[in-house]
Amino acid sequence: MFDQLGDALQRTLGDLRRRGVLDEEAISRAMREVRLALLEADVELGVVRAFVAAVRERALGAEVRRSLTPAQQVVKIVHEELTSLLGASDSRLAFSPRPPTTILLAGLQGSGKTTAAAKLALLLRKEGKHPALVAADLQRPAAVDQLVQLGREIGVPVYADERADPVAAARAGIERARLEGRDVALLDTAGRLHVDEPLMEELAAVRRAAKPTNVLLVLDAMTGQEAVRVARAFQERIDFDGVVLTKLDGDARGGAALSVRAVTGRPIVLASSGEKLDALDWFHPDRMASRILGMGDVLTLIERAEAAIEDEEKEELERRMLRGEFTFDDFLASYKLLRRMGPLQGVLRLIPGLGSRLEGLDEVDERQLKRVEAIILSMTPYERRTPHVIDGSRRRRIAAGSGTTVEQVNQLLHARRQMAKLLKTAGSGKMPRLPAGLAGDGLPGQGPPRPSATRTSKSKRKQRKRKARR
Amino acid sequence: MARSWAELLGDTGAAPEQGTQRVRLFSRLRESLGRSRRALAGELAAAVFDPRDDAGWERLEEVLLAGDVGVRATAELVRRLEAREQLGDLAAALAEEVAGLFGPPPTLDLGHQPAVILVVGVNGTGKTTTIGKLAARLAEHGRSVVVAAADTYRAAAEEQLEIWARRAGADVVGSQRGADPAAVAYDAVQAALARGRDVVVVDTAGRLHTQTNLMEELAKVRRVLAARLEGAPHETLLVVDATTGQNGVQQARLFRDAVGVTGVVLTKLDGSAKGGVAIPIAYELGLPVKLVGVGEALEDLQPFDARDYARALLGAE
Repeated sequence: MFDQLGDALQRTLGDLRRRGVLDEEAISRAMREVRLALLEADVELGVVRAFVAAVRERALGAEVRRSLTPAQQVVKIVHEELTSLLGASDSRLAFSPRPPTTILLAGLQGSGKTTAAAKLALLLRKEGKHPALVAADLQRPAAVDQLVQLGREIGVPVYADERADPVAAARAGIERARLEGRDVALLDTAGRLHVDEPLMEELAAVRRAAKPTNVLLVLDAMTGQEAVRVARAFQERIDFDGVVLTKLDGDARGGAALSVRAVTGRPIVLASSGEKLDALDWFHPDRMASRILGMGDVLTLIERAEAAIEDEEKEELERRMLRGEFTFDDFLASYKLLRRMGPLQGVLRLIPGLGSRLEGLDEVDERQLKRVEAIILSMTPYERRTPHVIDGSRRRRIAAGSGTTVEQVNQLLHARRQMAKLLKTAGSGKMPRLPAGLAGDGLPGQGPPRPSATRTSKSKRKQRKRKARR
Repeated sequence: MARSWAELLGDTGAAPEQGTQRVRLFSRLRESLGRSRRALAGELAAAVFDPRDDAGWERLEEVLLAGDVGVRATAELVRRLEAREQLGDLAAALAEEVAGLFGPPPTLDLGHQPAVILVVGVNGTGKTTTIGKLAARLAEHGRSVVVAAADTYRAAAEEQLEIWARRAGADVVGSQRGADPAAVAYDAVQAALARGRDVVVVDTAGRLHTQTNLMEELAKVRRVLAARLEGAPHETLLVVDATTGQNGVQQARLFRDAVGVTGVVLTKLDGSAKGGVAIPIAYELGLPVKLVGVGEALEDLQPFDARDYARALLGAE
């Protein structure tokens, strides 16, 4: 039904009858699945622990809504918690009253800083700004070349200083941006390990010199448990304001985003998904929450929940039919479903395998069906559940209440008994599974099914056999 | 014992590496894994391990999970440990099990003229840098190298590769940006044949395994190589960043399916990343790690040695 976590939770909790409240045992089982799902999504161990504890608290004593199973209820709570954790009120860039607004991009090697810088420049340009790119990565071979070529592609000037010192290059680039009337300066820095002391010190120096309006940590969405260590280290040295999450066009679940957010409190600001230079968006927390959980849309979740209810009801109905218990409640429910499916005749004919058994049935009369509905609705719930108690006086009452005759009520009762028998036989493997609601064969209002014109009925065959045996 | 380059390249005739050199190799690896080792050693040493103590097993699991080993491979390692009669020194036992998962010591299949090595991976893992280092090592061990700049997508990719090739003393065969990567690969093999070069190393553009059209493009590069030279590529190396989480397994799976990977290069181990994802890649897909990258300098590429990796990783001596 669901992806991954949903499936797992369905397995663990799906067998539970719906209860008023999620009990502790069920929640513990559910939390184990949630923990696994989050670990597989690369959420950091400590963050998983804290998150699961928080969700457990919320889940304990939470009222189980009728429309969702316990499993779905847990998923819903988890998703909500995740979204609220990932979401930020301040997930935008700050702009300086005195241009240029400086945005410094930092991160590990290969995280996608240079591409992100170019994309952000393009995004800002499209929003009416006049950005410039400043090449402060003087370490990686051809890094400046790369930025220059990208700048040319997007029509944004690139300031590259010949000096070998990133601090000087940064300062010079920003100054030039100011002189040339650019209102945003994007600084691309060299990728560096958070454990590389000299390089981290250099980065801190670049930050001090540049006095940026925004410092963004560029983080690869496929980063594993390391994400927290990396984020903490960068936060300590340069105190970034937000995160750019890259390579989201892959299928990494992206738990690193949650880890970084949880541990540093800094929001994800931008999401990059693709190598094309226009593939950069402002971040959407709810979509990310679904992705981390390994689920589809939450909307789909709700839809599926409704469908699930129908599925469960159908299954229960089938079970009873197999036991020969086909009550008037069942009939009403099936009938309603049946009606929803459009003109009865057409529908009945569509049933594979069933069609032949219905040979000889008269055409269905809608008015008669309405009468049947009225009769059933005149019954008490008890009577509907246990039709065999409907004696003479009850029948009279029902007939009066539905504006029908006792004879018509009798016919319906008889038909129900026939139907129950038929369904029991059908369920014992001689026919394909009945789709719910389509158990409305042998429709009452006309009496029992007419004998087929060509095929011998079962009872007739039995009679013949008995005769032959004698 | 550390694995030497001579062993990796299958140079049987070569004099065994100097004792000091081997020590240097090992300590280099240990040094770079040192940060991770210290962290992990601290955690493991924190409690003396009692196999009857459930909390101890849980702690061990957490340590492995924190290293990106992943849920499945962690469970498998724990299972194997529990099955052992004698646990003894936990770190040593774990190192043995990890080494067991990786299989026999890897080699690079260079017994062809020329040998062709195709280098693939997702964006940003360090393919080009690795190729530079590899070319340098091969030259050191008496091989002449041609490098194919078949990353025709990324801005300044060829320029970047050229700088590395110059450092390593290798020839470069390239083309214009936007050209067909398969054509560049083909040209490089041609050039190697014409000039009598020993090894062709093909750089490709980083691509996400989820981009089917790009994976198709890669498969084409492979086909073209195979058509031009029988048996090529003789090695297909998947470069994996040591900071990668569980997605690394999926990467490896899809690259293997598309072009057939013969080995993994695990890069950026000089950070605090434990590179644990190499374990599920080996366990679930049977792909060995052949090389490890331990820095941005030319010499920062080592043959992979499972025991050293595991022992250094877990803080054992």
